[in-house]
Amino acid sequence: MSLRTKIRNYFVFLWRCARIAFAGDSRYYAWMGFLSIIILLGINAYAKQFVHGLIVTGMSDQVSWGVYIANFTFMVGIAAAAAMLVIPVYIYNNKELHDLVIFGELLAVAAILMCLAFVAVDLGRPDRFWHLIPGIGKFNFPGSMLSWDVIVLNGYLLLNVHICGYLLYCRYLGKTPAKWFYIPFVFLAIAWAVSIHTVTAFLYVGLGGRPFWNSSIVGPRFLASAFTAGPALIILALQVIRRVTDYHIHDRALLTLRSIVQVSMLINVFLLVNEIFKEFYTRTSHVASSRYLYFGLHGHHALVPWIWVAIIFNLVSMTLLVLPLSKSLRYLNVACVLAITGIWIEKGMGLVVPGFIPTPLGEMVEYSPSLNETLVCLGIWAFGILCYTIFLRMSIPILQGRLSRANEGLPDVHLVNAR
Amino acid sequence: MSDQKPPSAPPPFGEVSRRSFLRNSAILASGAAALAASLAPLRELSNYTSVELFLQKHYKELTPAEMQKVLDRIAREVEQQYHIRPRVRDYKPMDGVEFVYCLNLTRCIGCRKCVHACVAENNQSRNPEIQYIRVLKMPHGSLDMERADHNYAPASVPEKGFFYMPVQCQQCKNPPCVKVCPVKATWQEPDGITVIDYDWCIGCRYCEAACPYFARRFNWTKPSIPKERLNPEMSYLGNRPRRQGVMEKCHFCIQRTRQGKYPACLEVCPAGARKFGNALDPESEVAYILKNKRVFIQLKEELGTSPRFFYYFDV
Repeated sequence: MSLRTKIRNYFVFLWRCARIAFAGDSRYYAWMGFLSIIILLGINAYAKQFVHGLIVTGMSDQVSWGVYIANFTFMVGIAAAAAMLVIPVYIYNNKELHDLVIFGELLAVAAILMCLAFVAVDLGRPDRFWHLIPGIGKFNFPGSMLSWDVIVLNGYLLLNVHICGYLLYCRYLGKTPAKWFYIPFVFLAIAWAVSIHTVTAFLYVGLGGRPFWNSSIVGPRFLASAFTAGPALIILALQVIRRVTDYHIHDRALLTLRSIVQVSMLINVFLLVNEIFKEFYTRTSHVASSRYLYFGLHGHHALVPWIWVAIIFNLVSMTLLVLPLSKSLRYLNVACVLAITGIWIEKGMGLVVPGFIPTPLGEMVEYSPSLNETLVCLGIWAFGILCYTIFLRMSIPILQGRLSRANEGLPDVHLVNAR
Repeated sequence: MSDQKPPSAPPPFGEVSRRSFLRNSAILASGAAALAASLAPLRELSNYTSVELFLQKHYKELTPAEMQKVLDRIAREVEQQYHIRPRVRDYKPMDGVEFVYCLNLTRCIGCRKCVHACVAENNQSRNPEIQYIRVLKMPHGSLDMERADHNYAPASVPEKGFFYMPVQCQQCKNPPCVKVCPVKATWQEPDGITVIDYDWCIGCRYCEAACPYFARRFNWTKPSIPKERLNPEMSYLGNRPRRQGVMEKCHFCIQRTRQGKYPACLEVCPAGARKFGNALDPESEVAYILKNKRVFIQLKEELGTSPRFFYYFDV
């Protein structure tokens, strides 16, 4: 095959993928239309923020990071969790999960896109974004953990785009993927997944002036909670996929993921207990942020209901997960929803905000997100879900063989049929 | 799991494409209109940036000629906005100088005159209010800042049973803010002053999270200064007006101290609590204090930041 044909084939592939993203049944259009409206609301809110500045958020000099960075942190965990599907398949040769790995990796791609969006909307000067680009900007590497984060997040994005893109394209062409061209990247991506969340934890851990974050348990807790919430989200996503498409997913795969969530949740709760003991048994003056978070401090207790809801959700979820009860999907789903919500609260409001309260000079200023800030967040969430929907819309017909090089030029039956 | 629908026979090919072409065009047009509507707030945008500013290099990479152009641009912009021709300079550090600040806690009466002198000198935003100095009212016998009152407002100061501790940028020898900045927009100068290139900062606020002294302030919106209050004696790394979305903080009045003057907060202090000078000059007042005063502290010494700001007591 000449190079020209190869390039032509590739562009035909991209074109057909792009076309199929715009085709579907009425439910598909309704879903995409709904997401688009939320994205537009988010864009509108961000345009206001762009003009008037971050003053339209609930942040202040005292609490200078809020839900943007909280959601960013949570989504890094979701992205990292793709490794929890890759490891069983590529290291332990798990058969059930084999065909599902790609859904985890695509979720990672969507999650990283959301991470980048959450960081971008948090910048005071988005027009100076190019200062962050190695080579043309002025990159403080290796000094700043944020510069590490730029590298690991974009690297992880590229790795996953490469792996998913290559495997899907091979399936489209109907040829066996060349092992050397993706297996090394798969293993690299496993280590990389751990690194993105570790580096994100170090972003906080490295700040000596914030005792709440300056603790070596933050990194391990990040990983444990990510490896709980991520696979839990994948369990739910897979069930949605098999409900709305005709892609076959066996219950055994979901139960394999259940055992991963089970173990991660136990470790997650264990680490939480460690942290709480250290903070409250010693009761040094450094416990102020934790006291504020769990019990309130000097009459300020905005986060108290949140964190207790999170803890109760985590404990109920853990109980469900260890009981044989959760072998039934209904209970497993409840456990997953509780775990995701609990960890989202704990990682977001529960980790980022109390780090700032009280301030290093002992001032108590509370934070709650503004409406505008919330709309921007919802917009980014909708954007991430839209991306994931599109990725699935493209990849499922390819995996099923309905979108392939072989049927190029034929009337696109799958555009009408597949939902 | 849902069962598969049988594929319906595709209608004649040409008809589909014409119909779908019309449908797609309609969808695209309404999508574009919705996007334009959602971006409508951008119409209020004015004077956000300029081509020159957008392409401007980092402070340390500007040649003297380029720096002159930048200073001219800043003067032009200030004149446009405030109708006052400012004098914008880029003062360089002096050789053999390391600035330190010493503050006498026995003398400070908590009048906050330093706070306001600082705002006037350094062209801080009046609305929203930005202040570099925070004065803490502390109960006798404790340095626990959690017990401090930040918003005290009695009829007169000082009050019995309390002492007052002004806190501003501590100009650390080992500054956490500099370490964390992802784009090197803040750094330590040879004379010990940690400065910010307001034209390079991306506004990520990582430095603000890293600072253990709550010294950094962010421009959450466009700063506003009444025309008649503008201080026209400006410097690039110092008190020139800032833009929305960048960080700022105390820079030891770089536009004054690099010309051999005292910082504004020192000059205004009615109690003589503030001392400033060159620690490398053995004849300086600060060298005398550091050598002879028996009690002085660095805030949060245990963090290893090594401030160039010392608090002392008269014994």
